[in-house]
Amino acid sequence: MTVATFEASAPFHIPRWLAPFVVLSFAYIAVPFIGTNYLFEAILLPFLALSLAGVGLNILTGYAGQVSLGSAAFLAVGAFAAYNFNLRIEGLPLIGSIILSGFVAAAIGIVFGLPSLRLKGFYLAVSTLAAQFFVQWALTKFSWFSNDSASGVIDAPSLSIAGIAFNGAVGRYIFSLTIVSLLTFFAYRLVSSQTGRNFIAVRDNETAARIIGVPVLKTKLIAFAISSFIIGVAGVLWAFTYLRTVEPAGFNLDRSFQILFIIILGGLASIRGAFFGAALLVVSPLILSRLGSFLFGDLFNSGVLDMSQRIVLGALIILFLILEPDGLVSLWDRIRKRSVARLNKRKHVGRAAQPTQ
Amino acid sequence: MSGFDWQFFVEVLIGGLLSGVMYSLVAIGFVLIYKTSGVLNFAQGAMLLFAALTFVSLVERGVPFALALIITFAVMVVIGIAIERVVLRPLTNRSPMTLFMATLGLSYILEGAAQLIWGTQVHGLDLGIDDVPFEVGGVLISQFDLFAAAIAAALVLFLSVFFRYTRVGLAFRAVADDQFAALAVGLRLPRIWATVWAVAGLVALVAGLLWGARLGVQFSLSLVVLKALPVLVLGGFDSIPGAIVGGLLIGATEKLAEVYIGEYFGGGTESWFAYVVALAFLLIRPSGIFGQKLVERV
Repeated sequence: MTVATFEASAPFHIPRWLAPFVVLSFAYIAVPFIGTNYLFEAILLPFLALSLAGVGLNILTGYAGQVSLGSAAFLAVGAFAAYNFNLRIEGLPLIGSIILSGFVAAAIGIVFGLPSLRLKGFYLAVSTLAAQFFVQWALTKFSWFSNDSASGVIDAPSLSIAGIAFNGAVGRYIFSLTIVSLLTFFAYRLVSSQTGRNFIAVRDNETAARIIGVPVLKTKLIAFAISSFIIGVAGVLWAFTYLRTVEPAGFNLDRSFQILFIIILGGLASIRGAFFGAALLVVSPLILSRLGSFLFGDLFNSGVLDMSQRIVLGALIILFLILEPDGLVSLWDRIRKRSVARLNKRKHVGRAAQPTQ
Repeated sequence: MSGFDWQFFVEVLIGGLLSGVMYSLVAIGFVLIYKTSGVLNFAQGAMLLFAALTFVSLVERGVPFALALIITFAVMVVIGIAIERVVLRPLTNRSPMTLFMATLGLSYILEGAAQLIWGTQVHGLDLGIDDVPFEVGGVLISQFDLFAAAIAAALVLFLSVFFRYTRVGLAFRAVADDQFAALAVGLRLPRIWATVWAVAGLVALVAGLLWGARLGVQFSLSLVVLKALPVLVLGGFDSIPGAIVGGLLIGATEKLAEVYIGEYFGGGTESWFAYVVALAFLLIRPSGIFGQKLVERV
């Protein structure tokens, strides 16, 4: 997955810690200064929350091979759980309620992951829809979850950790970025651990996995739990840092599909892929709306925009499945390898051996 | 609680069974495609919406009923062929899950296109059947539901005759049985797939008209797909009898549950109850009522 390991002997060498280091220092130091309010509110905050949700779903679907169509349910569980912990437990720090809400999402994930012990493939995918509908119904029906507010709307509390408030756009961005970075790091470690390898074994061949001693049922439930934990925390970020006011209806089936699309477009079984996919999904509607109003003027109203977004998104999915099944990540890697190879060529004109990878 | 109201129970039960027929109607479209090409076609709901919206818009523009029906059917055939060409053929030999995700994309395209072409407003659809309930032995039955059930029965009859007695039908069954063997004896898979998608388009048209007359033709029509999925899980993805029995079971239990135990949950249980029934059932029989044992396809 990382170029560095392939090209260890190549003259132009990129250490594997460099890319995340550069990205993070850029995100922490440069972005807060150059970013406009629009960039934070409309692009970066939804991007971070959706990326994290994509990372979570990728662990379940990309690595462990269990397709879930109910991700939005776990986003909702996370958001509403954090809201209630924050509201009802006096003196619990914000970070505590975020972690607890992740555990609540994980518990619900295990419950709805139980069918995976007997079901596979489409049957499992359809059964995850049960989570989607049940959670949305429960949150709308029982007003306790939203502290008896009308139609289940909840408002985000003030974000502060150890007395430092993160309430401006930049503050919320830093808050979100930190949580996303930590969990992404955890996900990276996870997928290269024994547990991560168990996920892949179960995905690739369940029978073979069982024969070599992988506890298949336990592995599946662990995948559901960890994935739901991460998606739950992503839900907190979505509700608390991005939207600030959410209702259960916002976590509908379309949102679940959106997260599934993120990992298809970005690349299945790739942690980085979730970020690529989320970036494409957040930015492309904005580009489309600009482009549409530029080309067609007033004809391109919000209804038309909505529909053309659907069409473009659907077409993108099909195009990627046909042309680039490993997603944007593999496209990116190819481009990078090619440019690195070209760099080396220019540096070492006359040398015989070219790195082929 | 003085005595159980049997008459009311029967009324609810019949109402549930008849709405179950409507679920079956959508589910049959899925089964046709799943049987022959192994694709769980999520876009069936979008096809239904597309067909109903096209038909209604044509009728509203003064096209006679029969002609509109023919034009819509032709459009659905063209779409079926296009899907085979543009989506399925490049994805041949890919995993069933990939194909499923492609149909997710397809449903977005079809939903978007239908509403981009015909607009997003709600259209009423009048098929010329009065929805007045009539009474049989003290039990009220909706005339429209009965009509829908008759149409569904006719459709199933037509499909079974088609599959059993025509050469194309025989080819369908061969492909459903064993794709490689079918290919080896010289059946043209692409052509058969295109035909299957066209037939699924026909089923979508019929279901779309009936559901459209019931709910009004609008975006939410494509969500009936979500009603059909538990039916499929219950009946097995590859069985038409399963789709029918599953539809009846889901329809009946859903209505009975809503009427008799729904109040304990605060009502509105229809959105998830069918899934719980299907799941509970699957834990006992993982391949559905009539599904083939082999579900390990992914």
